[in-house]
Amino acid sequence: MKAIDNQGELWEVFIQSKPGQSFKHAGSVHGFDKDNAIENARDTYTRRNEGTGLWVVQSKEIIAVALNESDYFFEPATDKIYRHPTFYNLPEGVTHM
Amino acid sequence: MKTTLNYYLQIADNALILSHRLAENTSKGPFLEEDLATTNVALDLIGLAESVLNEAAKLEGLGQTGDDLAYRREESEFMNCLLVEQPNRDFAHIVTRQFLMDTFNYHYFIALTESKDSFLSAIAFKSIKEVTYHLRRSSEWMIRLGTGTDESKHRVQLAINTLWKFTDELFEESESDKAMLANGTGVNLHNIKNQWNQKVNEILYMAHLDSPKNQFSVFGGKQGNHTEHLGHILAEMQFLPGKYPDAVW
Repeated sequence: MKAIDNQGELWEVFIQSKPGQSFKHAGSVHGFDKDNAIENARDTYTRRNEGTGLWVVQSKEIIAVALNESDYFFEPATDKIYRHPTFYNLPEGVTHM
Repeated sequence: MKTTLNYYLQIADNALILSHRLAENTSKGPFLEEDLATTNVALDLIGLAESVLNEAAKLEGLGQTGDDLAYRREESEFMNCLLVEQPNRDFAHIVTRQFLMDTFNYHYFIALTESKDSFLSAIAFKSIKEVTYHLRRSSEWMIRLGTGTDESKHRVQLAINTLWKFTDELFEESESDKAMLANGTGVNLHNIKNQWNQKVNEILYMAHLDSPKNQFSVFGGKQGNHTEHLGHILAEMQFLPGKYPDAVW
């Protein structure tokens, strides 16, 4: 028997740690609606000054690659080193590359 | 000086006792995220209480600390309003009590930023961001419960009806309130009452809830005459310093 979950929907949380940087997945929270979800995300993940930006998205809205598809999705990239920009010298002072 | 001290204690005790009530609910929230959120609010309030109590102790000049004021005063020396000491009967009561108090705090601290007392205006500035978030959160819960299920609507309406009689006291002018207003350091509670009514009615309308009519009001907290609940709070809160006066950690 499936346990009844009355904690609301599941939402994925993304945090931006500094302005201009990309949002990173932090985890997930429960929430009954979008306002509740973003406040729960704030109280769960940014209580110690971790963020300057916050996104939540309903987990069911995320489209993911199924595990049994991962071979043909990802493996063809592994043997083509010319696809990686490893032959460039980065100028000094360039960060976040 | 007694006037200023009592004014500080009104602010500090409202925060301290409400914080304690919320802290009682820690680990008993309806689900993890809500438990954390309620405890966060309690932490904001204990921070406010600590700052103001420390300043009050300095002002008193008897060599006491803020902790002494929190843990060694008698029930009749607490100046908090009766609303904040009302018990956590259910989640709807916790949310409603918080909403009624957050609305008061929001308008009160905005007005207090204009105080000629530099400590009070500074603490007001600091508190506004916290209180703005608290009010947003509790307002949304009022609407969510009011427009949720039959049971949530029934419970939140019951909480409003139970707690309403304590709301007039928020705007009752104590001797301190009058004196501090007159010398430009306090807040005009008549103005706050109008702002409070407007905001509360707006949210109750959106939540499809009724504001009670023709209810009697209860007063006394600001004079140190409390409901039976404060004694129980203090018995628990002050137990350790009472039993082990020199305990440190």
